Formats: sequence, structure tokens, C-alpha cells
Amino acid sequence: MLEIGLGHYLTVAAILFSLGIFGIFLNRKNVIIILMSIELMLLAVNINLVAFSTHLQDLVGQVFALFVLTVAAAEAAIGLAILVVYFRNRGSISVEDINMMKG
Amino acid sequence: MSEMNITAALPEVFLAVAGMILLMLGVFRGNGGTRLVLTLTVACFALSFVVIAASMGRHEAAMGGLFIADAFGDFMKLLVLAGSGITLIMAMRYIEREDMARFEYPVLILFATLGMLLMISANDMLALYLGLELQSLSLYVVAAFRRDHLRSSEAGLKYFVLGALSSGMLLYGISMIYGFAGTTSFAGLAAQFSVGAQVPIGLIVGIVFLTAGLAFKISAVPFHMWTPDVYEGAPTPVTAFFATAPKVAAMALVIRVMIGPFGDLVDQWQQIIWFISIASMLLGALAAISQTNIKRLMAYSSIGHIGYALIGLAAGTERGVNGILLYMTIYVVMNLGTFACILCMRQKEVMVERIEDLKGLSKTHPAMALALGIFMFSMAGIPPLVGFFGKFYIFLAAIEAQLYVLAVVGVLSSVIGAYYYLRIVKLMYFDDPIEAFDRPIGREMSVILAATSLIIVLLTVGISPLLDGTAMAAASLFSG
Repeated sequence: MLEIGLGHYLTVAAILFSLGIFGIFLNRKNVIIILMSIELMLLAVNINLVAFSTHLQDLVGQVFALFVLTVAAAEAAIGLAILVVYFRNRGSISVEDINMMKG
Repeated sequence: MSEMNITAALPEVFLAVAGMILLMLGVFRGNGGTRLVLTLTVACFALSFVVIAASMGRHEAAMGGLFIADAFGDFMKLLVLAGSGITLIMAMRYIEREDMARFEYPVLILFATLGMLLMISANDMLALYLGLELQSLSLYVVAAFRRDHLRSSEAGLKYFVLGALSSGMLLYGISMIYGFAGTTSFAGLAAQFSVGAQVPIGLIVGIVFLTAGLAFKISAVPFHMWTPDVYEGAPTPVTAFFATAPKVAAMALVIRVMIGPFGDLVDQWQQIIWFISIASMLLGALAAISQTNIKRLMAYSSIGHIGYALIGLAAGTERGVNGILLYMTIYVVMNLGTFACILCMRQKEVMVERIEDLKGLSKTHPAMALALGIFMFSMAGIPPLVGFFGKFYIFLAAIEAQLYVLAVVGVLSSVIGAYYYLRIVKLMYFDDPIEAFDRPIGREMSVILAATSLIIVLLTVGISPLLDGTAMAAASLFSG
């Protein structure tokens, strides 16, 4: 039986985190996907924190994870609000259309 | 460690309570109460400023060691409060004129400022993260505050996406540091490391991610992409705010994190800071040359200035930090003055932002042209103006730390940068005016312009009082 240890959790978190970053840069279609990618990054960090917390037998990591969850919720709310405002002005949420300013 | 010692965080607690009360006041008075809320917010900033200035020189921890109040933090807090307060005063007429006078504006600025004060005083990764997020979340909203304008909402969206990405990286770095060091407290981290010791690779990865996240916040190259777009798109008073207070606060955070917990690992992070410093200076100097929009120009100018300030951090010495504090103080004053001028750039009731619009300003608005000329000469670092001394102390610290390449690149890029600052002076003094800016510019603008240019001139004459303050602040960071 395979023992699941700290290394496995860290690997999963690293993969999810990389997926989040790639999701932001490679996606050309929809800003909502960017918001999802950001959420994915923060959740990957939470896996990291909780895994370290149990490994170190130290509660700080879990407390940190709770705070991160709270902030992530606030961040998603603000992101969606800005996106709604943007959509009202532009009529589109395609990443390619965010090009009013360049340079 | 476990005691609350709430008095050390009195200005922050006061601002948090004031923010909630002002929010309620705004709800009951409606948008007609914007001017009242704005005035009260400025008064709250002034009161916190006085309280912090009166307690300069303290050194105490609070909130069970999550929060630290020391001379370094107090010095930076004074700068932040001054920057926030003055940009808020500058915003007053603008938001009324441009139909964005909603009471949330001053309240959001207040919460952003509160976040900045908390992150300056952070003594733990958790406090750092929460302070930074309180600041960032408020800033995303104010960037998109002009919600019926496409540019403003696009600026807000870009700032949000890249800011959230940087927060994610910062957080990943923190989680790695926590995992490999076993603590998030700055004091606990500092106690673990000693000069030249072997460091686990996971910890280095954590520090790299943390530095990347922080570099985003100070808009250092290669994490500067958001800066020109956000500066251009955001409403001008918001840009003025972005260029001053958050930059100072983020810089304070970078210094505190690098010198405090990771002070003994200077060999590990010095190369990173060295690289982003050189890249920022060069990009700030070169990319600004071709700009036609003055707000974009100021964005590249601020990237360059951050590059110069980072030289002092790369030195990693007390003298280097002293140089940064001096540089940031001068930077804030120059930027406040310049943005006061930019806010006066209106023709026939419409804001204009092109650099060409400044042509012949000396003939139509001689006093404003003189003030802007002083700021431009000072930003270019031309002696005897005080901008020169800022650069001088930074380069001195670099040479003492034997970072000759940094000093040479710094001097070269400030020569290149002088071109676009002096071009503005040339446009104002040697070209013929096309169309004059509207008069009057408003009493508060005249006062701010006069005060900032006077400070620049006075500092040129006697810089020693400021140097005493920065020396005390820098010393407090190294003694603890």
C-alpha cells in the first residue's frame, strides 16, 4: 500500500499552482477562466499550508489557510464586480478585447 | 510576546474604527455627503499623522508579536499618510467635476491606507499578507472607480488580474517558507538563519516567489507590465495616489522582509535585487522616451525611481536603507507636485493628458511652469536640487558595498532619463503655446504646488533634518 506523505501533497499543490499560472497566461478566451485560475492558485497554496501544518504539528498553517480562504472569497467578489463593470462598458469579456491601452 | 499591547497599534485601530463610522455616515448622508466624508477622512489621516509623529522613536511589539511599531515603520507611515491625505485633497474637485463623487471613494482610500500601515508594521507573514490584501483589494476598486468609463474599468481589470496573480505567487512563497522554516514569524525566521549557513532549497524557492510577489507591488521589472496601463487608465487622482502611498508602503515591506527575517541570507537574494534594480532603471529610462501620454511617462518614471531605490536594498547595509528612505521621501514630494500639475491640465473643461499640451506653459501659467520645472530637474537628479542628493546617497551606499556595476548603470540610466524630463522643461519654456489651460486651478492645488516646490527647494538648502530622521529610522531596523 502506497504511503501518501508530505511530498505527494506538495507535488499536487505545485501542479495545481502551475495550472493556475498557465491558465492565466495561455487562455485567450474568457476573463472568467482567469478568475478560476486565480482561485486554483490560492487553493493550491492552501493544500501546501495544511500539508505543512500537519507535517510540522503546528497550527499556524491551518489558521493561515482559513485566512487565505476568507481573502480569496473577497478577492473573487471584487474581481467579479470589476468584471461586471467592464462588461457594461465593453460589451465583451474576451481577453483579446482588453486592448484599449497598449505600450 | 503573547500580550496585546493595543496602544502600539493605536493609529491603525483608530483608522479602522473611523473607516467603519465614515462608511455608515456615507450611507446615511448619500452621495451628497461625499465632501464631508472626504474632509473627515483627511482629518483622520492628519490625526494619525500627529499621533505617529509624536511617538517617533518607540520600539514595541503588539498583537502577540504579529505587529511591530518601530522608528522605521513610523517614518514610512508618516510618508504614506502624507501621500494619501494630499492626494485625497487633490481628488476633491476632480471627483465632483467628473461626476464620480461617491462617498465610497474616500472610504476606500482610507481602507487602502490602513492596509498600508498594517503591512509596514507587519512582523509576521500572516500580518504581511492580510495588510497587503486589504491594501490591494481597495486599490483594485479605486482603479475602476470611474465605472462608466471603459479605460478606468479596463485599468481596474488589468490591475486586478495581475495583482491577484502576484498575491498568489507571494502566498506560495510564504507557504514554502513556512514549510521549510517551520514558522511565519519574522523574529522566528531571523533567529533560524546565520550568515553563510546551508539553506534548504525549498526555502530559497519560497524567498524567490515572495520576492516576485513583492516586486509586483513596487512595479519593478520584470513585473511592471501593469503599471503603464493602470496609470494611464485610472482616474488621474487615483494615479497620483498609486504613484505615492502604495509605492512607499510596498517598498517599506520589501525592506522589512529582506533586512529583517532574511537579513542573514543576503547572499541568496542580493543577485535577485541586483537584477531587478538594473532592469528597472534601464527600462524606466528607455521606455519613457517614446511616450506621449504624461501619465504613462510618470509610470515609467516611477519604475525607474524604484530601480534606483532598490540599489540601496541590494547594498543590504544600514547606509543603503538610509538612502532608500531619503530617496522615497523625495520621490513622494516630487510626485505629489507633478501630479498636482497634471491634475491642472484642463482645456475647455476637459482633462488633457498629452505631453504636447504642456507647450508654452511658461507663457500662459508661469508659476505652474516654474513648479513643474523644479520637479522635473529634481527628478532628473540635476544638482543642486534635492533629487540629486537622493541619488547621491544611494550611489554612495552602492559603492561602499562594492556594487560598482549598479552605481555605473544607475548613473548612465539617470543621464538617459534626464532626456525626457528635460524635454518637458523644453516644451514648457521654448515652445509656443497652442492653447492655455483653464483658470483658476483651485486654491488647494495652488497651495499643494507651492508647498511641494518649496519643500524641494528647502531640502536643497538644508537636507540635514531629513537625514537625521532617515538615519534614526534605518538604525532602528538594524538594531532590532
